[in-house]
Amino acid sequence: MHCATFMSEQNGKGPAGRSAGAASRLAPESPPNALTTTNPHQLPSTVAKEDEHLLVAAAKGGDLSAFNELVRRYERKIFRLTMNITRNREDAEDAMQDAFLKSYSHLKDFAGDSRFYTWLVRIAANEALMRLRKRRPNQFSLDEPIPGENEETIPQDIQDWGPSPEQRYGQSEMHEILSGVIDELEPGFRTVFVLRDVEELSTEETAKIVGISVPAVKSRLLRARLKLREKLNHYFRQGEVH
Amino acid sequence: MNCESVTREMSNYIDGDMDAVLRLELEVHLQCCRHCTVVLNQVKMTVELFCDAEPVDLPNDVRSRLYEALKNKLPAKP
Repeated sequence: MHCATFMSEQNGKGPAGRSAGAASRLAPESPPNALTTTNPHQLPSTVAKEDEHLLVAAAKGGDLSAFNELVRRYERKIFRLTMNITRNREDAEDAMQDAFLKSYSHLKDFAGDSRFYTWLVRIAANEALMRLRKRRPNQFSLDEPIPGENEETIPQDIQDWGPSPEQRYGQSEMHEILSGVIDELEPGFRTVFVLRDVEELSTEETAKIVGISVPAVKSRLLRARLKLREKLNHYFRQGEVH
Repeated sequence: MNCESVTREMSNYIDGDMDAVLRLELEVHLQCCRHCTVVLNQVKMTVELFCDAEPVDLPNDVRSRLYEALKNKLPAKP
């Protein structure tokens, strides 16, 4: 089990200009060190696919097929992350591309004291946040207080959700519901929630990436969780709780 | 502890980031407050749903451009 939800059981401290990406869409450059194919699924890897450490070590040595295997492994999760932060497909795509490119360029700086994926998430989150700030510079600042951030409210709309909402909705329908409700969150709440509860970064890591204090992260995470519960209540409620 | 305090501490409780005394006080409140118990369980479920949700496949055009960019821009050595 790895979700934040289970931390209490473990007594853990936490859950666990145009970019290169856009430019590549418009006019691909001549490849100075091109891979031989655009489909990593067909690339022969010289190392065992199941072992991330070996893949990273091989990639550090210049094995592009090993790096491509890492990309293939995490492309969906990194795109989800950048989409969740930016809520803009073009920005999300650019952020994802640049995150992978930068992670390869800086692989020598990866000390291996955390999982490669966690390190990649930090890079991708920074890329996504940079684009979010750039796109809406006058609408909000992630490091400024959010209206209502410190309000104390007791949830009022309390209704039974039944045994398991997951059994009532298909995977794609549930995906639409989750995507819809998270889209309605203020960016400051949404970003903290995504980094803490979806990507399982620590409170301290989240604070550093977003540029806010640890207490602010905790406060926003609480608000985000309560707001999402309230929004999901519209889909999942079955009847009044007495 | 009252409902307001429980709401305020709910995230810390879920994350296990709470001292033992406060935790016990919260659990005592939960034993007699259906309202807070339901909210807590629903917040936990909310986190689980997002945490467990599988990311969807990359759209084909997005994937093509990603590997095209990697092919064109990666240096031979990191």
